[in-house]
Amino acid sequence: MKNSSIKTVVAIGIGAALFFVLGRFVAIPSPIPNTNFCLQYAILGLLAAMFGPIAGGLIGLIGHTLIDLSWGGAPWWSWVIASAFVGVVVGLIAKKCKIAEGNFGKKEIVTFIIANIVANVLAWLVVAPVLDILIYAEPANKVFAQGGMAALSNSVTSVVVGTLLALAYTKTIAKQGSLDAE
Amino acid sequence: MAAQTVLNYLPRKSVVHELTGTTKLAFFLLFTFAGMITYDTWVLLGLMLVSFAAFKMSNIKIKEVSFILIFMVVFLLLNNFFIFLFNPDQGTEIYGTRHVLFHLFWRYDVTAEQLFYMLNISMKYFVALPVAILFIAATNPSEFAASLHSIGVSYKIGYSVSIALRYIPDIQRDFHNISQAQQARGVELGKKEKLISRLKNSVNILLPLILSSLQRIDIIANAMSLRCFGKDPKKRTWYTKRPFGRNDYVALGIGVALLVASIVITFWDGNRYYNPFV
Repeated sequence: MKNSSIKTVVAIGIGAALFFVLGRFVAIPSPIPNTNFCLQYAILGLLAAMFGPIAGGLIGLIGHTLIDLSWGGAPWWSWVIASAFVGVVVGLIAKKCKIAEGNFGKKEIVTFIIANIVANVLAWLVVAPVLDILIYAEPANKVFAQGGMAALSNSVTSVVVGTLLALAYTKTIAKQGSLDAE
Repeated sequence: MAAQTVLNYLPRKSVVHELTGTTKLAFFLLFTFAGMITYDTWVLLGLMLVSFAAFKMSNIKIKEVSFILIFMVVFLLLNNFFIFLFNPDQGTEIYGTRHVLFHLFWRYDVTAEQLFYMLNISMKYFVALPVAILFIAATNPSEFAASLHSIGVSYKIGYSVSIALRYIPDIQRDFHNISQAQQARGVELGKKEKLISRLKNSVNILLPLILSSLQRIDIIANAMSLRCFGKDPKKRTWYTKRPFGRNDYVALGIGVALLVASIVITFWDGNRYYNPFV
């Protein structure tokens, strides 16, 4: 596909805009007070699995930076990098799950779920807190508590919402070889 | 809708606005990096003065950005509260001494070190805040992609960013319409619904949004490839790019000097912190 590099450029742009809109204006309350489910990570996982690690990483990076800038501070780089990390890791499965071609069977679902959990746990329980400590010298137990909450809620969101979205989306696509010769 | 209050460009006649977007982006990055690595109170104080001076020069009134200010102050207080809650002795761990001012309860002593540490953290916010506000309020969004390209980022990424900025209002409007339509059909995202069905309901809103966005990606990508986007892998010219003036070099010089000074002063004595307690 000759068009694919342009498509990636556009997907990064639109993906970052989606990430921004969902992260900035949409909040689904969770049972723990003052924490919300971040729907943008479900979208990030889905788009990363469709367009690959580079697109995933940049969607996370640009989208999260724009959210932080719109709240009016300097971007909180440690968490921005963690968002980009989620995109890269989930993007690694793009070659295996051909979601854009409507191919999302049991094996792909399991891969997708595992990739999302691994990405979110590593990002929020390792990358973000460690960078917080290195860059901002915050107390270790505070950043690991915050990271743990984020890891849990973002994993749940991206697994539940992301998988349902991917399933619903692949149903709308006519699969390759779905036509029979009569 | 809230679209106008986000990332809003406030055009004005001022020294800061007349700088090129490239200068502002580079200065913003240099400056936030300088503020990020240092924990030296004197360096932070110096950076804060520069930051406030730049804000003053921009002719942007505090009233115009008061929403952001209030939000940041609340965030700052919350963050300080949590730091104290989780580790009231972080200051002692950093500065090595322990001067108890008074005792609260259980393990919570208010120490001079902790207060000084939290003062430094708060200063870090206030160093970055005015420059970040300026960066958003004084940079024309259409100049942004050109600036990214001219500090060395691939123009394709620059294009992605400007596509994102261009389509945020559209996607926001789409989202609003879809969620109103679904709510009219009884899809509920608030606390009235059970947790799992809340998440499931969000799929009903996200799916149309994703479908329309993927369609949009196709349309834009086709339009761009019709116009031969990306034929030259390296170079691109920009309509909004402006030549550097004298002030641009001055501002960049100040940015680099501040970063170097911040690194040198901070790590001069082999310690990232300024320690008044020994």
